[in-house]
Order: sequence, then C-alpha cells, then structure tokens
Amino acid sequence: MDAIIDLLQQNALMPRADMARLLDMKEEDVAAAIARLEKDGVILGYQAIVNREKWDTDKVTAVIEVKITPERDGGFDRIASRIAKFEEVQSCYLVSGGYDLLIIVEASNLRGAAAFVAEKLSTIDAVQATATHFRLKTYKENGAFHHMESAPERLSVSP
Amino acid sequence: MSIRVADHVAGIPRSGIRDFFEVVQTMGDVISLGIGEPDFATPWHIREAAIYALERGRTGYTSNLGLPRLRRSISDYVRKHFHVSYEPLSEVLVSVGVSEAIDLALRALLNPGDEVLYHEPCYVSYAPSVVLAGGVARAVSTRAEDNFALRAEALEAAITPRTRVVMLNFPTNPTGATMTAEELAAVAEVCIRHNLVVMSDEIYSELTFDNGRHTSIASLPGMKERTVFLHGVSKAFAMTGWRIGFACAPVELIEAMMKIHQYAILCAPIMSQDAAIEALDRGAESVGMMRREYELRRNFIVRALNEMGLECHKPRGSFYVFPKITSTGLESREFSLRLLREKKVALVPGTAFGPSGEGHVRCSFATGLDQIKVAMERLAEFCEEIRSDQQRSEAMRKTDS
Repeated sequence: MDAIIDLLQQNALMPRADMARLLDMKEEDVAAAIARLEKDGVILGYQAIVNREKWDTDKVTAVIEVKITPERDGGFDRIASRIAKFEEVQSCYLVSGGYDLLIIVEASNLRGAAAFVAEKLSTIDAVQATATHFRLKTYKENGAFHHMESAPERLSVSP
Repeated sequence: MSIRVADHVAGIPRSGIRDFFEVVQTMGDVISLGIGEPDFATPWHIREAAIYALERGRTGYTSNLGLPRLRRSISDYVRKHFHVSYEPLSEVLVSVGVSEAIDLALRALLNPGDEVLYHEPCYVSYAPSVVLAGGVARAVSTRAEDNFALRAEALEAAITPRTRVVMLNFPTNPTGATMTAEELAAVAEVCIRHNLVVMSDEIYSELTFDNGRHTSIASLPGMKERTVFLHGVSKAFAMTGWRIGFACAPVELIEAMMKIHQYAILCAPIMSQDAAIEALDRGAESVGMMRREYELRRNFIVRALNEMGLECHKPRGSFYVFPKITSTGLESREFSLRLLREKKVALVPGTAFGPSGEGHVRCSFATGLDQIKVAMERLAEFCEEIRSDQQRSEAMRKTDS
C-alpha cells in the first residue's frame, strides 16, 4: 500500500500496467488496491500542478495568517471549516505559533483576493486579525520544481 | 622516436566497456542501460555540506590516511552496518574511490608471481589490477544456475600453493549476485584453512533488496584479521564523481597501503572527504529512498526481460541485471552491437566482465523509469525481429532440403 501511494504521489497518471511491473503485482490487484484507497478516503483526489507563469498568469495566490478566538465547545474546528468552505480557499491548516490558521487563497485577480479578505474573512466574528502575503514567484510546488534544471551530462557507458 | 611502453602494461587488454563506449559515442539519441553509476545527483544535504566546507576555506591537504573525523565516521558506520569494529586512526584508510584501495591492497600484499583468485563475471578492473601489481590473476567461474554466487568447492579447487588472496564482490557488478551468511561462511572456512587473505569489495552492500540483509565476510569468526574490507560512498550515496572509497584492515596492512598511497596520491580531496562525513553520518534516509526506487525498477526490468524471453533471475543486490540472451542465437557482443545499431539501446556485453559472461548482457537500472520503459520496448522488438528472422531462415532451409 505504501509503495502504491508513493507512486501515485510521484505520478498519479502512471499506467497501472507499469505500476504492476514496478511493484511485482498483478495489474488487477493494483487497480483493486487503488480503488480501495479511493473508497476509504485515503486518496482524496488527483490534480495537475500548473505552472502559473505559463497559464492563467493573472491569478493570484495569497498565504494568509489568521488569528481567531476559539469557541468554548468547538475549539477551532467550526470556524476553520467555515473559512475552508469559501471557494477561494485552496488549503486551510491549523498551526502552532503566533497565529492559528494558515490558509492559502486563490483568486482570479488582486482585487478578488483583497475583496475576499476584507469582505468575507475579516468580517467573521471570531477572526481577530489577518496578515496577507501575496505570492510573487514559485520555485517549487508539491515537490515539483517550476524552473527545470537541465540534466547534468552523463556518460553513456561506464564501469 | 617511438615510445615503448612497459611490456606488462602493453599486455593488458583495454576494458571491454571502454571499447563499447567508443562505439556508443559515435551515435546520437541512444538510450543507455550501460551506465554503472546512480542516475540520482548526490543528495542535496551532502552537496550542501561540501559547499559549506568550501565556503569555510577547507581546501588543503589532509592526513595521508584521511581526515580523522571521517575515519571515525567510517569506523562507526562499518560497526553499525557491517558489525565489524575497526580502530579509526590505525585501521582505516581513505582512498580515491574503492578502485584505488584495491590497487593499494594488491600492491601491498603481492610478491611477483603470487596468485589472486576472483570470481567471474566480475568488475573489469580486478584482473588488470592484479597483473599491474605483479600478481597472477586466476578466475573462478560462477554459474547462472547458482545465481552467480561463488561456491566454496569451486574456490577451493582453484587454490594452488601460490594462491595468496581471494577477491570477493557481493553484491556483484555485473550479475547482481549476493551471498547468504551460510554461503559466505563456507567460503570463509576455505580461506582460513588455506591461510588466504580476502579482499572484499562491498561497494553495493546498501543496495540489497527484498529486505535481504547484507553480511560482510569480515564479520565472520576468524575473518577480520585476514580481510581487507573495501567500501565507499559512490554507489549507495550517489557520489561516484567525488571519488571517496576506504579500506579497513589490520594495522600492518593499512600501514603498507599508506606508504604507496602517500607517494602516489598523497590524500583524497578534502572537500570530498567533508561530503563523505555528511553522507555516512546523516545519509541513511537518502539511501533508503534511492534503494526503494532501484527495487521498483528492478521489478519492472526483470519482468519485462522474462516476458520477452530473455531469462533473467531477480538479483537481490546492486543495480544490475544480467539476463541470458542465448535464446536469440546471438553471442553477447554481436547482440549488443546489433541492438545498439538497430534499436539505439546500449547494454554492455557480458564478455566485458570475463569470458564466463558469454551468453549474457548487463543492463543497469540506474536510469530513470521513462528511459527503462522505452529501452525495454525497443529490446522486445529487437528480440521479436531476431526470432522471426531465425524462423524464416529455418523454414527456408527446410524447403531447400
């Protein structure tokens, strides 16, 4: 199972026949194992990693630190899931340290992002403070480098 | 004037790999499974440690035996992973790759005419290194049906009164052979009985698969005092270009090796030694990641080869497979040359590793999966074409008669 997840995380599109060979399994067993992982909610989905400098370049990404007042019964969970439901929010984490939630927001342009913070996020009662950091350039995302380093030269035959 | 080179050098054949390399170089767009080095760059934390060392101006000579700090790391690493204890300051020598350590050990051990036994197919440098050290190299063939492990009886049968040294390399380049502790114990028993020195090149020992545990012959009873343990960072840590190997052996032998090393080489480069400290002390996770990747590729390549009718056992170590190609009716060299010309895939003919490699080719899986996949497709096509040619000519022969 671990090896299947590793392979899917490297390349979710890898043909199942290749995975079967790599793992020394039968192809149908690989497919069944993946189906089970999907059914059990271990695998939540598959996405493409898009280079924002080549596509949809107006889109902005912001990392927002959010300080919130926890609730007596629900702690952070209710507020966090409320914030996470906004479609601008791509990721939402509860973190240790000087603030409580770290959220990653995507908006179609700068104005959209600003509006999200000013009108939606800050107006939630429990939200005490926010600090918004806009992405300027991406170097690495989900393990993928955005600027490919050229492969170093290799001999074609060696001892 | 024409310059004469020494007879004993002139008599040594060039490496069969090098020969083949020159053909490959004349062609473009070749997928090579002929490479005996990791396709990974050295893990970043190791490279970063070397950069830091350079920034601090660590650019001088080191002690001939190597940085004391590195020798302590080597001693700890060998104790932890191979269960043999060596005194870091007197029983460890840092060399320029294992190749240099092999040369040093042979030169320090051999008198002219002393015999050295080695198992074949094997790494290309063993026999020439023995000859250059004034010794006589004698091959002991290993067999595909034993998965190329060395049988103690075969070893014993080759021993003569002049035999002094046995060279071992498990996991083996090019066959991927490994030896169990019991098999090694039988070999050790022969070596003790005949009072032989063992040089054990364990450069691929971290790359063992199927949760198999590597045993060093040096860890067996009565063996440490007659074994030169040879290892380095090249393969496991993807550090071939850094050229760091090491030898661990009894003090008197290390002392003798050091004499040759200090006059010939002086010391291994300090920045590489600094990088090796980082690798040995903190590289385990990177090694584990690479080993898992190699294991997956091995599974892939072994199945693909067997499916196309090239019989191939599943090696438990190294990053090589050594499939049998006799079903194609071709000899190793012709098979490799035709494959290169017709399909632009480079493998190394088994005969580059000694005559007992005939009927086999070496495929390295230290190459990205995408390349391995294409290479296997082309190889399958090639085998298919050869077989249909054979059938056609057989049919023609029948019609003729």
